[in-house]
Amino acid sequence: MPGLLIKHGRVIDPASGRDERADVLIRDGLIEAVGQGLDGSAEVFDARGLVVAPGFIDMHVHLREPGFEHAETIETGCRAAAAGGFTSVCPMPNTSPVNDNPTVTSYIVERASRHAVVNVFPIGAITKDSAGETLAEMGSMKRAGVAAVSDDGRPVMNARVMRRALETAKAFGLPVIQHCEDLNLSAGGDMHEGVESTRLGLRGIPSSSEEVIVARDLLLAEYTGAQYHVAHISTRRSIEMVAQARSRGLAVTCEVTPHHMSLADEDMPPYDSNYKMRPPLRSRGDVAAVVDAIAAGVVDAIATDHAPHAGSEKMQEYERCPFGIIGLETALGVALQVLYHSGRIPLTRLVELFTVGPARILKLDRGRLAPGAAGDVTVFDPDLEWTYDLDKSFSKSRNTPWEGTAFRGGPVATIVDGVVVWRRD
Amino acid sequence: MPAGLLGIEDLSREEIEAILNRAKDYQPVQDHFKRLDILKGRMIVNLFFEASTRTRTSFEIAAKRLGADAVSITASGSSVSKGESLVDTLNTLAAMRPSAIVMRHSASGAPHFLARHLPIPIINAGDGTHEHPTQALLDARTILDLRPSLEGLRVAIIGDIVHSRVARSNIYLLSKFGVDIVLCGPAPLLPPELARIAPGVRITYDIREAIRDADVIMMLRVQLERQHEAAFPAGEYFHFFGLRNEHLGLARPGAIVMHPGPINRGREIASEVADSQVSAILNQVENGVAVRMAVLERILG
Repeated sequence: MPGLLIKHGRVIDPASGRDERADVLIRDGLIEAVGQGLDGSAEVFDARGLVVAPGFIDMHVHLREPGFEHAETIETGCRAAAAGGFTSVCPMPNTSPVNDNPTVTSYIVERASRHAVVNVFPIGAITKDSAGETLAEMGSMKRAGVAAVSDDGRPVMNARVMRRALETAKAFGLPVIQHCEDLNLSAGGDMHEGVESTRLGLRGIPSSSEEVIVARDLLLAEYTGAQYHVAHISTRRSIEMVAQARSRGLAVTCEVTPHHMSLADEDMPPYDSNYKMRPPLRSRGDVAAVVDAIAAGVVDAIATDHAPHAGSEKMQEYERCPFGIIGLETALGVALQVLYHSGRIPLTRLVELFTVGPARILKLDRGRLAPGAAGDVTVFDPDLEWTYDLDKSFSKSRNTPWEGTAFRGGPVATIVDGVVVWRRD
Repeated sequence: MPAGLLGIEDLSREEIEAILNRAKDYQPVQDHFKRLDILKGRMIVNLFFEASTRTRTSFEIAAKRLGADAVSITASGSSVSKGESLVDTLNTLAAMRPSAIVMRHSASGAPHFLARHLPIPIINAGDGTHEHPTQALLDARTILDLRPSLEGLRVAIIGDIVHSRVARSNIYLLSKFGVDIVLCGPAPLLPPELARIAPGVRITYDIREAIRDADVIMMLRVQLERQHEAAFPAGEYFHFFGLRNEHLGLARPGAIVMHPGPINRGREIASEVADSQVSAILNQVENGVAVRMAVLERILG
């Protein structure tokens, strides 16, 4: 292989603090050198006017394989990831069967090695079948390749089981990711509980349903000393509690989705299921709190919670539609708009949230541009004008609130192990 | 007026007044009513996914009196999931090319879903716990038969408000006319957010406080079928929220008692109140046809 030389770009590598005009040389799948005026026999990628960043990592996606291939597959989901600038994705275990044992983990890893254009680091279940009762085989799953454990979507309700899970995961060096939702408080809810849900006659998912689990888990994380991560944090109080736990030195992290940083419950056109997900779009005040938390450094990662559902599943009465939206292809556009163009955070910080932030949580040897590191690079243009067109999407599903949205800034090329796997045409 | 009638919330005061005034023309002489031909050759489909005798019959009569053909489809939705049947129904209906669809469904927003996908005016005849616009219109017509105007009135709405589409539509309508609205019911059925869905709405958990100086008392049915949990102690409901004769003295003289029906005697309203002179419950039923004629005419005429 001749190697790939990315020339004249603005290289932003938050791990090393580098932010300067430089070239990046990738050879044999690894980064060989980063510096000015690099040369050598390699294919040249002209990145003039573009940002050259470490490959983006999405630590929270649903690829639907095995079991729900009509909505997404490892192949299509990873193509969508590449088109969104992501070089690594972490699929949640709520497949069918659930990824709660090393056989399923190995299956996913094996399928990914053949069909995925980006890296796939699966997340295993906390409990068998994610039923919340018996612990899954965490140690064996780790050997098979899981990066963390989570019962995403079916949070662990039993505090004793959660305690044992934290202890076990800690011993294996696995972070525990929780979708924080008290299922008794949220039962039957379809959107955030507030004036909007009351107005529309829809049952509510109160903020407190998230907050009571965050509170409980932080106490258990402190008690066990385990590494704990709050998925898709969405309320002001949850953020306050996480910030407080971090200030006391707990190994606690959290992620924010593009939709929770940009949309509130009142932004939903009446009964449009493309705005229906869990946790739900919260109040305007919660959205502001989420953005403030990102600016204040309380948030470690941006993750999409890419959740494909086939068209027919979303063609129903609102209350019958499944939860979740796709988000891989629009994540960077939304984040640039809400965080960077608004002046809330510098570009380095934004890149950090997509790269070393998640890499540190999952202890992945990714997310940095240093000699010897994996040759994963995301090239993006912070000012590119483009419009999201679902007909050109790589995802098999179409459930997004951003169809037809004009963005300022987006990915231009995605490079995995030194190979350009996607390029904007 | 938009293509159909999905709710009161989006209607202007002028649109509401126009419907109420027109309904007055259709009010009298119900037993020797002449068939009109305003909607001759039009077909109106009544699509009822939820059982309803009075609303469906009322729409059918209204359509026929205007000279339209009315077809009623009642989907029980027991075997097939209602979601599937609604999507399937979409294409069938489109092929039938009706002039309008009158729709009742147990899911909030179901008519909005249909309206997004069909180029046919949809009239909401009750969607889940959201709105029941024609009920609010006929309630307003009933009040206006007995009072010169809505402005300055005090209306108490009592019962299971959070699950009531009748309450929501009435709140939106009365609020547009500057009515002083007091909501009353058990706390879990009366979240504080209800006071913020429209201007001029207050909340109390004391029925005596709600009825004091009221011109109109709207009682709501306790909707056991929409309770997903034991949100309040049902055994003491009548004791604290049932309307009894002793309460009526607190209201303004000649206060009107209303109820959208069907009535649960002894649960939310005492029999003697339901049957008394102050009750306008039968006037409400009569006005149903007149108001629905006005709505159909306005949408299709």
